Amino acid sequence: MTGKIKQIKTVPADPRGVLTGSHYLDGDHAAAEGCIAAGSRFFAGYPITPATEIAERVSARFPRIGGIFVQMEDELASMNAILGASWGGAKAMTCTSGPGFSLMMENFGLGIMLETPCVLANVQRGGPSTGLPTLVAQSDMMQARWGSHGDYEVIALVPDSPQECFDLTITAFNYSELYRMPILIMMDECVGHMTERVIIPEADKIRIVPRRYTTESPSTYLPYKADDDLIPPMPPVGEGYRFHVTGLTHDEKGYPVMNAATQKKLVSRLINKVKDHAEEIIITDEKYMDDAEIVLLSYGITGRVAIPAIEKAREEGLKVGSMRLKTVWPFPEKRIREMSKHIKGFVFPELNMGQVVLEAERCACGNCKVVRVPHAGGWVHDPEVIYDAIKEAAK
Amino acid sequence: MSEEAPPKIMRRKPVTDHPMSDLLRIDRFPHVWCPTCGLGTVVNCLGTSILKTPEVDPNHIAVVSGIGCAGRGAGYLRFDSFHTTHGRALPFATGLSLSRPDMKVIVFSGDGDIVSIGGNHLIHAARRNMDMVVICVNNFIYAMTGGQTAPTTPTHARSSTSPFGNSDPPFNLPYLAASCGATYVARWTALHVRRLQKSISEVLKKKGFSFIEVISPCPTLYARLNNLGTGLDLMRFYHDNSEINNDADLKSLDINFKGKIICGKFVDLDSPTYRDRYDEENEHILGDKFIPYDLPDFPHISSNSDKEKIEK
Ligand SMILES: Cc1ncc(C[n+]2csc(CCOP(=O)(O)OP(=O)(O)O)c2C)c(N)n1
Ligand code: SF4
Ligand SMILES: [Mg+2]
Repeated sequence: MTGKIKQIKTVPADPRGVLTGSHYLDGDHAAAEGCIAAGSRFFAGYPITPATEIAERVSARFPRIGGIFVQMEDELASMNAILGASWGGAKAMTCTSGPGFSLMMENFGLGIMLETPCVLANVQRGGPSTGLPTLVAQSDMMQARWGSHGDYEVIALVPDSPQECFDLTITAFNYSELYRMPILIMMDECVGHMTERVIIPEADKIRIVPRRYTTESPSTYLPYKADDDLIPPMPPVGEGYRFHVTGLTHDEKGYPVMNAATQKKLVSRLINKVKDHAEEIIITDEKYMDDAEIVLLSYGITGRVAIPAIEKAREEGLKVGSMRLKTVWPFPEKRIREMSKHIKGFVFPELNMGQVVLEAERCACGNCKVVRVPHAGGWVHDPEVIYDAIKEAAK
Repeated sequence: MSEEAPPKIMRRKPVTDHPMSDLLRIDRFPHVWCPTCGLGTVVNCLGTSILKTPEVDPNHIAVVSGIGCAGRGAGYLRFDSFHTTHGRALPFATGLSLSRPDMKVIVFSGDGDIVSIGGNHLIHAARRNMDMVVICVNNFIYAMTGGQTAPTTPTHARSSTSPFGNSDPPFNLPYLAASCGATYVARWTALHVRRLQKSISEVLKKKGFSFIEVISPCPTLYARLNNLGTGLDLMRFYHDNSEINNDADLKSLDINFKGKIICGKFVDLDSPTYRDRYDEENEHILGDKFIPYDLPDFPHISSNSDKEKIEK
């Protein structure tokens, strides 16, 4: 049995980076402030609409708070630079959008394999290819889940507002240290570019998970010997551990071992360290769920677009509940499966042609209706279309 | 006849360990490299240089490799070592070096890795004068994958994907690195062990982007596909056909098939690094408001608390 995730003593945020107060910020800028408040002092990025503003704000703020910013030659480089910086001990982040996200995928996998804490924000725009550089979509959700080769689990958080861009960026950094892996923030152009009030709390109210360093001495330390909760503590660089890490399949020593048994052991642990802690990782925002016969599933901007449709349906007496996923990966499969046995149906609008809804269909297993509300992107749903889908589920 | 004292026997300390055993992951031997491959020699030169350079603490050396036969270097060198992905050793090293200016970051990788798939990273790391040492082992071929054409394969040489001869011109690596801004550029062959060691010792003590090309025999693929004999034959070829000229015009350093190999230290200058420039530029505008990046918090375990060593 996997143990509960080890509770690491959190520390208050470094006040030097926290702009306590009420601000009027767009989602990109709020994510940059979240990155800084979380204690990140290393950022590598490559410009791309609609994510560039995150890098721009960080580049302006870092020199005043002891951070180092580097604009790399491309997204392959950005992803690798944050991995290297993280191994150096820095909390590190990068940001991008669709085309750059594709370029980052190989080395996102390296981050998964080396178990490297870091944060990658993807401000989604319409695709495929160059697609709609300035217009919204949520169509990289399956790429976030499966975009790098091989078998692995990911953690992806999805904010619906500038405030959540701030909050969830801090959560992402904390998760990255807790679960020792790169964490995805799957923003979208709409949330990234909308400006709203963002409350930044006092530094001591922001709790930061510090790195989980080993307490073993260099002579007994094994880089990939996991604790009960499946997470191996990290070695500090430059302190005589002389450890080795590799993207090849490796044993507890971190040495490459090319056989099926080692592969099974490693890949299972990489998957189970997320799966077994899914309950602790999954965050949702729920409303009207007590009496819900129809559950509207959503994430990001689409959760907000659905509100008028839900309100209208409830006014008409339809028992609609709302479950907005702040954590899309891991998907709350247990909850959805359980719910499907008691409700009439799910309605799942997304700004893509049907991605995360496939998970809902899988978990519902035919127990109840699952109504897709696809959208190719470029604009958000008309709430009327979502309303119609609710009616369809209620039939 | 007076009795003479018996001659004194010089007693040396018995050798129980390989002199390099602290710097190699002996527990991983035997290594994957072929007999008479040049890679062992290059690793040995790196180790010897580190032993001969007391200014650098081995605990403060990090080795980063990409993928390939040469890319396996990080796996055998007993430092904090990172075996990354194909072509990406330099950007990984960039992050590591910037986040840890107290570390000497060494990239050890192959010609295909650094110059083909990682070529963009090479030119930009050199341009920015990122503080790192790059040891690029050039065997003129993609060895690990079975001998395909590399951007270093000499014109007319055969490879598994140029079975009738390579029609492309190869890169002139010292010229490329120097023109992009590398502040130390040298080329040696695996035969020039002492000169290579001297170069490595020099760059270990130097700040900025240092690039050392090491021409190294790949008997199994490059030599076999081109009927050039064994690793030893290639070493003999280097002996007969290499010429040392530190003052050579960088443009003249092209390597032709079975042609002369001009070696030497071609560039050695001081120039501010990325970090120097970043700090200077920001401080110039921000004045007192500028706060330079400091080392992140991490536990100090090793006894040598050599914080003073941190060069800025
Ligand atoms: C993205 C990617 N593409 C291709 C490969 C396959 N591959 C592995 S090593 C290698 C070439 C290595 O050549 P070089 O860097 O010259 O090293 P050598 O083996 O010659 O020492 C290639 C193409 C890979 N691992 N990753
Ligand atoms: S294939 Fe060539 S480069 Fe690779 S280990 Fe063998 S001799 Fe060395
Ligand atoms: Mg090669």
